[in-house]
This record gives sequence, structure tokens and C-alpha cells, in this order.
Amino acid sequence: MSPHPASENSGIWKLIFGRLDWSAVPVHEPIVMGTFVAVVIGGVAILGIVTKYRLWGWLWRDWFTTVDHKRIGIMYMILGLIMFLRGFADAIMMRLQQAWAFNGSEGYLNAHHYDQIFTAHGVIMIFFVAMPMITGIMNYMVPLQIGARDVSFPFLNNFSFWMTTAGAVITMMSLFVGEFARTGWLAYPPLSGIAYSPGVGVDYYIWGLQIAGIGTLLSGVNLIATIVKMRAPGMSMMKLPIFVWTSLCSNILIVAAFPVLTAVLALLSLDRYVGTAFFTNDMGGNPMMYVNLIWIWGHPEVYILILPLFGVFSEVTSTFSSKRLFGYSSMVYATVVIAILSYLVWLHHFFTMGSGASVNSFFGITTMVISIPTGAKLFNWLFTMYRGRIRFELPMMWTVAFMLTFVVGGMTGVLLAVPPADFVLHNSLFLIAHFHNVIIGGVLFGLFAAINYWWPKAFGFKLETKWGKRSFWLWVVGFWVAFMPLYVLGLMGVTRRMRVFDDPSLQIWFQIAALGAVMIAAGIACMFIQFAVSIMNRDKLRDTTGDPWDGRTLEWATSSPPPDYNFAFTPVIHDGDAWADMKKRGYQRPVSGFEPIHMPSNTGTGVILAGLSVAFGVGMIWYMWWLAGLSFIGILAVAIGHTFNYKRDFYIPEDVVESTEGERTRSLAMQG
Amino acid sequence: MSIATPPPYAGIMTARPRLLSRAFPRRLAPLLLLPLGACNWVVMSPAGDVAVQQRDLIIISTLLMLLIILPVMATTIWFAWRYREKAQAKDYDPDWDHSTSLELLIWSAPLLIIIALGAITWTSTHLLDPYRPIERIDHERKVDPAAKRLQVEVVALDWKWLFIYPELGIATVNELAAPVDQPIEFKITSATLMNSFFVPALAGQIYAMPGMQTVLHAVANKPGNFEGFSANYSGAGFSNMRFRFKAMDQAGFDKWVAQVKSSNAKLDRATYVKLEQPSEKVPPMYFAGVEPKLFHAAVNMCAQPGKRCMDEVMMTDMHGGAGKESAHDTEGLRHDGTIDVGGYHPVEPGKKGEIAQPSGMTPAAQRTPAERGNQAPGQKDADGHAGGHHGHEGM
Repeated sequence: MSPHPASENSGIWKLIFGRLDWSAVPVHEPIVMGTFVAVVIGGVAILGIVTKYRLWGWLWRDWFTTVDHKRIGIMYMILGLIMFLRGFADAIMMRLQQAWAFNGSEGYLNAHHYDQIFTAHGVIMIFFVAMPMITGIMNYMVPLQIGARDVSFPFLNNFSFWMTTAGAVITMMSLFVGEFARTGWLAYPPLSGIAYSPGVGVDYYIWGLQIAGIGTLLSGVNLIATIVKMRAPGMSMMKLPIFVWTSLCSNILIVAAFPVLTAVLALLSLDRYVGTAFFTNDMGGNPMMYVNLIWIWGHPEVYILILPLFGVFSEVTSTFSSKRLFGYSSMVYATVVIAILSYLVWLHHFFTMGSGASVNSFFGITTMVISIPTGAKLFNWLFTMYRGRIRFELPMMWTVAFMLTFVVGGMTGVLLAVPPADFVLHNSLFLIAHFHNVIIGGVLFGLFAAINYWWPKAFGFKLETKWGKRSFWLWVVGFWVAFMPLYVLGLMGVTRRMRVFDDPSLQIWFQIAALGAVMIAAGIACMFIQFAVSIMNRDKLRDTTGDPWDGRTLEWATSSPPPDYNFAFTPVIHDGDAWADMKKRGYQRPVSGFEPIHMPSNTGTGVILAGLSVAFGVGMIWYMWWLAGLSFIGILAVAIGHTFNYKRDFYIPEDVVESTEGERTRSLAMQG
Repeated sequence: MSIATPPPYAGIMTARPRLLSRAFPRRLAPLLLLPLGACNWVVMSPAGDVAVQQRDLIIISTLLMLLIILPVMATTIWFAWRYREKAQAKDYDPDWDHSTSLELLIWSAPLLIIIALGAITWTSTHLLDPYRPIERIDHERKVDPAAKRLQVEVVALDWKWLFIYPELGIATVNELAAPVDQPIEFKITSATLMNSFFVPALAGQIYAMPGMQTVLHAVANKPGNFEGFSANYSGAGFSNMRFRFKAMDQAGFDKWVAQVKSSNAKLDRATYVKLEQPSEKVPPMYFAGVEPKLFHAAVNMCAQPGKRCMDEVMMTDMHGGAGKESAHDTEGLRHDGTIDVGGYHPVEPGKKGEIAQPSGMTPAAQRTPAERGNQAPGQKDADGHAGGHHGHEGM
């Protein structure tokens, strides 16, 4: 933000709008303005369509206010996919700038814009793409896999989703009103302090993450309670599907790690808003405490992301190898060990701070130790394939691509854990290549495997494979083309977050990387075409069995999509691969004796609270204190008011259950 | 952007032909480095012994891990092929899910690798601890215990590097020089933001942090003109926060020192305070004299007039503090905001060469070539507030 003469703003303007004025609209940035126009046109078009086809009521009743874990799961996925487009746009802009800014050229982005872009890219990809997507998958699948009808706290689930969305809205708002942080995605002080980042950027960052963080934390609590308390009878902990195990560990990590993030951002807010000196250079503050604290959250965070996908790969490998998972208990222990160890490694993100050699070696070695259970997992997938009958459907293709990609990322990760090696590779593009290697190769490939695997469960038809395969090859090859040059550049001593370059010999590598990014863009386009083509051809791709892959876990025991109540009768579990076991024993679906089913009621409270939170965030960011105060009071009032809402549940009547189940019986009979 | 242009590094390919001959894994390194022997992969072909050892560590660790990674990758492809559905493998067994001996193998194989790597990590981390004075000049020569280390004090400023040679009484900006084969001891700090001091050809990096001092020991083995920079993002001018590291023989270094000393500029507090103000792409500057204890003042954040040195404050605190009446006297403890980084406006794309300069500095465009090398900041400045910046010196 350019400094604006305060005299232009009268007292009353300041009172109402705080530090917001017309200079906050980046009219001088043609790229941002172009995006703004496109978003406005797109937004008006969507609102127009929704209004024209009278979809508002349907959206509100069936989606926005829903407490059904399945619909909330789908909404999380949609949020993640939309934000993914924004995060990727940032990525490709960075690639273009870095391929361009050589030989005295400043490229096409000034520092003010470029520095926001790499910050936004990191923040969005982690908090508003990866987190919503894994939460979406867990939300949808965990209750189904444990034979439950919903999560433990259905309203909380809706509220969590909307709080995550509120954080995303605040972050997106910064694109058009004001600016985003120019600090890097973890906003290290003193740079993120008020003295060096006086604008609204860091405040957008803080409130976007704080509000979304409430959602993440509550959804973690919810899923832990669900897994611990709502398992079907007979499902002991060692009979949990492996995806549920990894989800459990991931959510325990969320509940233990996110409060640290909340606390450290709260301390930073105190520094910025009321002049405390936790992380300042002033008054004996110490910025390095922030670096420690944020990584105490930050390192577990990467395991929060990857663990559920390890579960997905396990499920996919076992299903498509038509075989039990090799070494189930070994997998469980490996997951738990990874979860515990993830708290003992945070210092490896800043070996170069100058801790003593013993401290550095300790954290280096604990980091390496994590590769032992991770390696064990990889071997377990290998031996699941061994003696199997592998069907190379898309989920399995993504899994094999993951195994081949992730080991390389794991290897460079262990290399970075050797402190003296880290001294020359830290903050370099080698590091960037490493974590994209594990996050794309692990988290994203896992999400794509999960989407292709569970899509038929959620929508009742399979995704078509032609565009799916195109997307797969473009993504996998594009990934290697985009990131191998970054390993090379790292070894050439090129550091991250650079905007312009002196050395012309580097340019060719950045151009190759940009080419890879273009391939990935094509892969993303193919993925959306795959969705569109599949939806158009849904009748041809229809699956009426509810079990298109010859699945092994309980979600395949019910119809696709599952009825609101998931299971008409709670299944009884005798084996880890519950559904495979039921099929083997010649399980017969009960067709009579239905009872009314107790279900939670929808509520709009989550949407309202999240809306008020956005207003609160905006008030805090722009110093509109009246708005922050009023909306905070509003949040409390609505939250307390909601506790007096006694219309929280209802019964699905017996005849509705009977007719729903009868329809499924007929459709199953029709295909013989 | 044109991908079709011939690779511009063609000229550099022959620049450093003897890069690989030194290293410890003599037989392995050339093999592994074959594809990169021709280019300037500086991390893989450094010019200082510490960086060479760090490079060797990268190679050894990678080879050690490849022992397990390559078989795993090969097995993945093999199993994926052999057990594909079409192959109808005879040994298909849907219920085979456990083997104690295999479990032992899959836990112990990574464990063994990690034990080996852990041992290497422990020893190398201690031996290559940046705080530990180096004991060898290269793999053949030990450091003479009687010899003196070259002392260099490094201050990261926004966005340039200040190097003070306390024993020689000189200072430079954005140009560092050292004689080859003489151990160097860097003491590193930062004036405002966190940076990382990194000369890839010389040794690994270490953070430069405000109010704190880090240490780096290193030695250059080959003469040359190498790149140094900040490896930790520090705001708008970060990309151009670069300096040259010149390793030269003793005679050359002496000449360089004499050249610096021939400058008519001195680095006193007032000059330093002006130098602290943000600027980008600052050409090298030489100072023939340095005010004593300037680095001490930089570390303790009391170079600006009226600021209290942190070490004295801590000393006072250890003795029970300065009493109630000192509670409101905090102005001397305020440092943030004295340097206006937040209001700094960097160069816009499309406008080449025009660099926003802080108050008190000669804009780069107005500098004559003669001034570039040895002009102290501010000496040619008339109004003191060029570029529309409002620093708060002396607050």
C-alpha cells in the first residue's frame, strides 16, 4: 500500500472506515484489476444462474446449512479445488517472473506484488487447499468406514467448514482490497512486525489463519471423538480401516499442534496491535522465539497433511491388488511413531540459526529416524502388491506414481536433515524442490488417488479414464520437469524467493521449470475436463452396486451415494477388512425390519457465525473498531442463542427408510 | 522468454575445469558429477575447504540412501509389472498379509542405513560446526595453531552487506576479500531484519539476526571472484542483496587493503546510521577507517544516537535493574521503526537502473565511476531527504 496522506481522511471517515480508503484498491496493478474484472463477471454470472434457476433455497437447505458429513465433505473438496486454482495461478506467475527476470530485466512483477504472490501461494496451498481437501476426504469417509451415521458433533462440523471458508474469504479479499503479507508463508518477525510491515497484509494473514484455524481445530476434535466413540460394534482399534487410523493420528496432531499456531499468531497480533515486545527488536523481544514456535506447529503440520494420504494409498493398494494389506499392525505402529516423532524435529527448519552442534545433531538424527517408519510403510505397500492381482485403475496409477516420486523427495529430505549439508542447501531452491516433491508427490497425488477412488461412492458414477489418464501423465511428467531443475538450481547456489537474477546461465533451468508448470496447468485442465465429461456421461458411467472396485471396507457396503443415514442397520464387524469379510461370508442385505432413524437437524448458525467472523476479521484488519466490536458481540450472541435451539434432531420415519432401502434392493436385483 | 536461444552458460563451461579433483571420494565424485562437471554447480564444486567437506557429505549421504532407494524403486516397478492383473501370476494369494522375516527386513534395512547416516551426522555436525575454528586448510594441510585468523565482522543492512576488518581498520560494503589458505573468522549480525550470510563457494550459511551474533569459520582455497548473498528473504530489496567475495593471494590481498585504505571515506557512527537506511543494488564502497567498536554497537543495537546497548541493559538487569524510575525511560530500547523499511518503494519493472535511494545517499545514477568504489554515503547529498523517504534518525 502506498502511504496516503492522513489529512485527506477526515475524522469521521477514519472512525467508520479505519485505515481503509481508495488507495487500498490496487488500480495501478493491471494484473490484479484484470483478475478482479474476471472475478466480478464470473461471480455475477454464477449469481445470475443460481437466481434464474431458483437454486438459492436448494443451496441453503441442502448444502449451506447441512450437517450431513458427506455434503460437508464435498463442500470442503469444492473449497479446496477453487483455492487450488488461485494457488496455482500464483505458482505459474512466479515461474514466469523467474524465467523472465534476467539480463537486467525486472520481469513483469515488482517486489511489492511478487512478494505477496509467493506468500499467498504458500499460505493458500497449505491452509486452503491441502487442509480443506484432506479434511473433506476424512469427513466423507471416516464415518462411513467405521459404520457410523454421522460425526460425533454434526453442527460443529458445519461450523468448522464455514470457519475454514471464512478464513479463505478473508485471504482472497486481500487480493482486491489492500494487500496480502509480503513476508513469506510463515511471516517471520521482525519482518512481519508492525515496524517493517505497517500495512494490512500481515493482518490479513493473521486473521485469515486465526479464523480458519478455529475450524481446523474443531474439526480435529470432532473426528477424534467420532473415531473413538462411534465405531460399529466389533470394530476394535486393531480392526480399524487403515485410513481411519491415519486420520486419527492426523487429527490428534491437529488438536495438539494448531493451538501452538493460534498462540504464536496471537502473540504476533499483540506485538502489532497493542505494542508488546514478544518478537520485536524493541525492548528485548526475540524474533527467534517466533521461529521456534511456528515450526513447533509447522512440522507436525506436514505430517497432518501426509498421514491421511498414507491411509488412502494403503486402501487403494490393498483394494486394487485384490489382497489384504500387508503388515497391518506394522502400518499402525509406523503411523503412530511418525505422529509422535513429528514433534521432535522442528529445529531442522533452522539449523542455520546457530544452535550448538549437539542440538543440531539431535534434531538431525530424530528427523532421519522418521524415515524408518516411513520406509516401513513403503515396503508394506510393496509387499501388498507382491502376490496380488493389480488392476491399474487411476487410483492405483496415482499410487505407483506416488511411490516412485515420494522416495526421491524422502531421500532429499533426509539429506537436508544432515546439518552441515543443510548449511549449503537451506533456503535454496533445492529445499523448494524437496518439499514440493513430497507435498505434490505425496499429498496431491494422494488426493487425486482418493478423488478417483471415492468419486463413485460420493456421486454414484465413476470418473471416466481417458481424460483422467491425460491428467495423470501431464501431472506426473510435468512435476518432474518443473521441479528437477529446481534441485539443479539449488546445487548451483540459487536461493528461494528471488525476484531478479544476475547470472544468465541460470535462465535455461527456470525456463525448463516454467515449461513443467505449463504441463501441470494442462494436467489441471484435463482434470476439470475429466470431471465435466464424467458428469455429462454419468448415465454411462453409473455404478448401481455401490461397490465398483470390489472394495474391502465398509463404505462400499452401502449404496452410492449413501443414503442420508449411511446404514439402515449398524453393521457388526468381525474383521479388519470388514466388507471383504462380509462378502466372503455371503452377507445378505436385510430387506425388512426397518426402524425410524435418529438424525441431526440442519442449522444456519454455522454460516451466520462464519459471516460474523469475516466481519470481525475485516474490522480488525482495517482498524474499524466498531465493526470488530459489534461483530464480536454478534458472534457471542449467536453462539449462546444457538444453545437454546432445541430443534436439533429428527427421526427419519420407518416408511422412508423402507422405501429408500427398497429402491436399492430393486436396483441391485436388476443387475442380478 | 525464448527457450530456443543457445544456453548462455556455454562460456562458463570451461571456467573451472579442476573443480572435482580435490574431494575425498575421489573415485566416486567424478562419476556422480559427470553430468554437471561442465557447469557452474557451485555447491558441488566449491572453492573453500568447509564447503568441500559439506559437498562430500552430500555425496556420501546420497550414495548411502541410494543403497535403499534404488532397490525400492526397482522393486516397485518390478512388482507393479509382475503382479499386474493381465499377468495372472500363479502365486496370487489374497489372504497373505504377514511375514515375520519380511517385517524384520523392512524395519531393519532402513534402520541400518539411518544408524550409519546418524553416526556420520553426529560427527560431521560437530566437525563442521560453524562455531568451531577450522583445523585444516584442506585435506592435506593442517592449520598452523600459531597463525592468526583473519577477523571479519559482518553486518546485514537493508539491503546490503557491511564488512568490517577490525584488525586492519577498514570496512567495505558489498565486497568481501580474503587471502587464500588463511582461516577466516566471521562474526555476523544484522541491523534490522533477519538475513542469512551465504557464500556458496566458501562455506555453508548462517543466519544474520538483529541483536544477536553468529559465528562462521571458513577458509578459501582457490583464488576467484565468487558470489555471496542473503539466503533468507528480508523484504523488498532482498533479490539485490548480493556481494562479491574475492579470494586472492596474499600479495593481491595486501594490494586490495591498500586500495581500500586509499579511500578518503571513514565509517563513523553518523555514516553508519545513514548507511543503515534501506537501499538496493549498492555498488561496492570502501572505507579507509572504521570507528572502533562499531560492530559491538551494531550487535547491541546502539549504533544510533540515544540508544542503549543491549549488553549494558542486560548487565543492569542482572544486577537487579535500574529501579522504578527507569520504567518509563524506554526510548533507548526502541529500535524498530528507526529504519523505514515498510515505507520503502523499490524499483518498478520496466524502469531499468533507476533505484530508489534512502535519504542521505547519493542516487546510483548520479555517482561517477570514480565515486562508486570509495564514496562514503551522504557526502554528496545536498538535501538529505532525496527519494521521498522519511527516516527517523536520532529519534
